Amino acid sequence: MPNLIQKTSVVTASLLALAFTMASAPARAGKTLDAIKTRGQLVCGVSSGVAGFSQADSAGKWSGLDVDVCRAIAASVLGDANKVKYVPLVSQQRFAALQSGEVDILSRNTTWTLTRDASLGLAFTGIIYYDGQGFMVPAKSKVKSAKQLKNATVCVQSGTTTEKNLSEFSRANNLNIKPIVFEKYDAANAAYFSGRCQAYTTDASGLASVRNKEAKNPAEHVVLADLISKEPLGPAVRRGDDEFFAIAKWVVFGLIEAEELGVTQANVEAMQKDSKDPAIGRLLGSSEDTGKLLGLDKEWLAHAIKATGNYGEIFERNVGPKSPLALPRGSNKLWSQGGLMYAPPVR
Amino acid sequence: MVSLTPPRPAPPEKDKTFSLHSRAFRGMVYQLLAVMVVVLLVWLLVSNTLANMRLRGIQSGFDFLMQPAGFDIGESWLDYDGTSPYWKAFLVGLINSLRVAVIGCVLATVLGTLLGIGRFSRNALVRGICYGYVELFRNIPLLLQLLMWYLIFIEYLPLHNQALSIGKAIFLSKNGLAFPSFDWTQGQLQFPAPGDMQIEGGATLSPEFMAVLLGLVLYTAAFIAEVVRAGIASVPKGQHEAGTSIGLSRSKTMRLIVLPQALRLIVPPLTNQYLNLTKNSSLAVAVGYPELVSIANTSLNQSGRAVECIAIIMLVYLLLSLGTSLLMNWFNRRVAIKER
Repeated sequence: MPNLIQKTSVVTASLLALAFTMASAPARAGKTLDAIKTRGQLVCGVSSGVAGFSQADSAGKWSGLDVDVCRAIAASVLGDANKVKYVPLVSQQRFAALQSGEVDILSRNTTWTLTRDASLGLAFTGIIYYDGQGFMVPAKSKVKSAKQLKNATVCVQSGTTTEKNLSEFSRANNLNIKPIVFEKYDAANAAYFSGRCQAYTTDASGLASVRNKEAKNPAEHVVLADLISKEPLGPAVRRGDDEFFAIAKWVVFGLIEAEELGVTQANVEAMQKDSKDPAIGRLLGSSEDTGKLLGLDKEWLAHAIKATGNYGEIFERNVGPKSPLALPRGSNKLWSQGGLMYAPPVR
Repeated sequence: MVSLTPPRPAPPEKDKTFSLHSRAFRGMVYQLLAVMVVVLLVWLLVSNTLANMRLRGIQSGFDFLMQPAGFDIGESWLDYDGTSPYWKAFLVGLINSLRVAVIGCVLATVLGTLLGIGRFSRNALVRGICYGYVELFRNIPLLLQLLMWYLIFIEYLPLHNQALSIGKAIFLSKNGLAFPSFDWTQGQLQFPAPGDMQIEGGATLSPEFMAVLLGLVLYTAAFIAEVVRAGIASVPKGQHEAGTSIGLSRSKTMRLIVLPQALRLIVPPLTNQYLNLTKNSSLAVAVGYPELVSIANTSLNQSGRAVECIAIIMLVYLLLSLGTSLLMNWFNRRVAIKER
């Protein structure tokens, strides 16, 4: 849900485009997989630049947690993780872009909520990052806990669930917090770093990104320990296409299962040949053909793991302690290690 | 005498009796057809959009306006909080937009008029400054100007606990401009004072509001200055000379003779500038000022009712613009020269 560059004009334009696409040719449900195969490309809606989640480098190469989900799905469906077209979307555009068929999947750090799941014509396929909304304050500030933000001015980026959480937290604790809502990521950052706001709020992962990437000296800012909301982030697909919904869901489950079974990018080929473990055989298509049930080839998950590694590797590479974001694994550990990541069995 | 030009044919007799072959009837049929085509197109667009949204399980309708909005708004003249319904949030946004637009129009008119008159000054420096101002401000994109003023405010103003103050009554800081306000319930003046997190008490103009107002006023004033200059230039030179010949000073000639005549040429393009300023106020969203577009963006995201929220913005701006137009047209008729 941390959201970036947003332009009203873009929204209006996309809405008009939506209205016209709708007027001309409504996409038929259940055809996403065929469309991707005919096109030879997965069209993936991402955010236009959140460090660790989706960002393009100077050569235009995309990377990040959200991006790797798309790469894994493209590898499973098309056998090639590079056959992805990335469409950067501002947060007001994102649902319209998915609804109108402009993108096949929305992998854009989007919070799974009831309203979105039930009323926007889309379906969330799972959770790839358990996040929560937090606060960042200057290290020299007297504020040590979110509950001390009495009468404070707080910088927020618009277009997300953040504003509502902030308002509810403020009312519940009688804090009278005054939000200043910015349309643009850069403007919100500039306002916070200039001292206009006493605190900055967004998802904890977003705060880490702002602190480590945007601050002149990251040590001058601290992220408070309190989290005021649950922000489960995950990809979403259009509602009504159960076939593709299942694929998007099971690719992510497969990546989690791979971590659980110890299958990594490095050992996947060896495992495929030598492993006697029936669970690994099913996962990598060396014994049972699980791909057939999804309309994919036998080695669908092996392709994905070769391209991106298992969930743990994706996490470490993009946002983990050794990445520039340096986020602890926390709730995103496997269930077997005390975290929340749990995949139904691939069988 | 023989006329060289053939006699002009008499205009056709106005057909008093109604006939299916008359030009008037055909005209009516064409107009009716045109209207029907437009109505049909609009109906197609609306019904198709609605049908497709239903097909895709997207809920639509304006019923969400009655539900609690759930988000807070930084500045509000109404009694608003997160439990208030969406329609009230939109109303707060509208009032914030109007606040900037109305004050902006007044200030831009004053500044623009002064600059426009300055272009006719006998002092070369004044003429040069006015010329330079106009060319500078109207040629830099407004969004950049807004961002520039805002960054200047928040970068260079002191923190609230080191606020610049005048006699402990007026404080200027990153929190904005705080000044005493009159509390009607207690019947006494309330003075602002630095608190823990911000300047508390009194009334405050936020840096967001000031940046937006300043940006809009300076930008629009450059255009108004040109409108005023054109109006004054259109008054014949003889009017200046007539004023001088009856012994009026230059400033009195300008005020009593030239400006009233210039006004009727100034008012219609001035209306355009007011409309521009009102619509440009939607750029305020870039610097965090909670005007209508900003509120609508947030509402759009919370409720997912994209088409509805955009429709509300369009309708409100249309009504605002039509209202401004009506008012200015009325004023225009009043100042127009009446033939007696």
